[in-house]
Amino acid sequence: MGTEDRFDAIIVGAGPAGLACAYLLGQAGKSVLVIERGDAPGVKNVTGGRLYTYALNMLDDKLLEEAALERIVTHEQIMILNGDKSINIDYHDPAFNDGKTPPQAYTVLRAVFDQWLAEKAEEMGALVACGIRVDGLIEEDGRVIGVIAGEDEMFAEVVVAADGVNSLTAQKAGLIGDIPAHTVGVGVKEVIELPAEIIEERFNLKNDEGAARMILGCTEGIHGGGFLYTNKESISLGCVFMPSEIVEHGKQVHDIFQELKMHPAIYSLIRDGETVEYSAHLVSEAGYRGIPRKLFKEGLLLVGDSAGFVINTGYSIRGIDLALLSGIAAARAIIATGDARKVGAAYLAELEKTLLMPTMKMTDGYHDILSIPRIYSNYPQLAVGVMEKLFTVDGQTPTRIRKQIMTEIRVSGLTVWQLLKDGFKGVKSV
Amino acid sequence: MTIKSLDAAELLSRNKFNIDEELAHIVLDKEKCSACKEKPCLFVCPAVLYRLDKNGEISFDYAGCLECGTCRVMCQNHGIKKWEYPRGTFGVSFRYG
Repeated sequence: MGTEDRFDAIIVGAGPAGLACAYLLGQAGKSVLVIERGDAPGVKNVTGGRLYTYALNMLDDKLLEEAALERIVTHEQIMILNGDKSINIDYHDPAFNDGKTPPQAYTVLRAVFDQWLAEKAEEMGALVACGIRVDGLIEEDGRVIGVIAGEDEMFAEVVVAADGVNSLTAQKAGLIGDIPAHTVGVGVKEVIELPAEIIEERFNLKNDEGAARMILGCTEGIHGGGFLYTNKESISLGCVFMPSEIVEHGKQVHDIFQELKMHPAIYSLIRDGETVEYSAHLVSEAGYRGIPRKLFKEGLLLVGDSAGFVINTGYSIRGIDLALLSGIAAARAIIATGDARKVGAAYLAELEKTLLMPTMKMTDGYHDILSIPRIYSNYPQLAVGVMEKLFTVDGQTPTRIRKQIMTEIRVSGLTVWQLLKDGFKGVKSV
Repeated sequence: MTIKSLDAAELLSRNKFNIDEELAHIVLDKEKCSACKEKPCLFVCPAVLYRLDKNGEISFDYAGCLECGTCRVMCQNHGIKKWEYPRGTFGVSFRYG
């Protein structure tokens, strides 16, 4: 077979990682084919979610102003629930949308965003072939040289596995094994349509601005949490659970999520809306230590979720930006080497230069904090309990607040010693 | 237009599916499933597609699958003998995502 029949790169999966890679390769004049199993880019993809713009700017600083995004995040919120009570912390920062610097983050819907980014990659010369499922890799002497899709075989100097958290491509290449159950969360989400002005009124938002909210204490003690993002004319409400704990708990994912939706503090935000979609997706929860030991083999690179590039700090979740960075790193490595044997090492070097790897390394300790089971039940109960005491005025002689807090610690199933230990662990981890 | 607690079937009815009538992308080994004590699939599938029938056998309807892969990760006793993504163009198509 002549080299003219061979692509410089074949990318499996039209998500942000694969498309960022395709965009830069196309721009550099490389022949690149993106293969997507959905009938359009993005239709198989789900986010919480939000996009941090620095990564899109790194791809091309002209993209942001026309990007298919929802609202500029100016309100960062943390909500703690216990029973029917709730605490909401709202950090509002006008600097997130000062009109001078690019906004830090936007809320986003992936079917819309990925479709747009695919169009941009096509404008750069990438071929995006949808409705085709890659069934396997073609290998020769331990080197990946192409992919199989149905009856068809396609060849490339480098294959990029951008097929997500359940990367069958990475598994078939032997780079990852079966996914250990404790390293992933199952996320479910409803998209609830509401008029823009109602969203703005309920969340106290200016036109085009939005809120991103993490919710703690809504998982019945299961390792996990809720999220809420305001889109232009909809709200993304969801919840992530560690699946192994779901089984021990003996209740369905769906049921716990529906209870969150009907919680008085959530219901009032989505009231009169209409659910237009229900989605589910796995998300890597292991952070830095969840990254496969080998991110490449000869002729194959892993990017995005396939490579475990997700950071969950508890107060923010990053995935799309890291996917974009890894796609950029892969493209740079392919452009620089153009050689299946050298591309892997170059890719690792680029992952350092884009600061993806250093960032993941630095946030590794959050995993230890989020592994403290008390975060999902006892601490939300304590926080809400203390608030209840602070704000209760009943005309009786009040007990010293210090004493009341000690009572709340006990009622929440905690001890001062435990608090100190967890506090120490928390400080040490970050 | 009102918000209420919806069962899984109602939620799935809001989605766009192109069902592959000819080929199931997930296939179970009924014997292994009946021998499985934990049956994690009954709890973790967000679409509640795994159900126990009257005889205590697991049944699975691949038509409403959201393709998350949680069952694949959680099935420890190899009751899922085949787990693939649906063939190209088939399965769920998220309009929002």
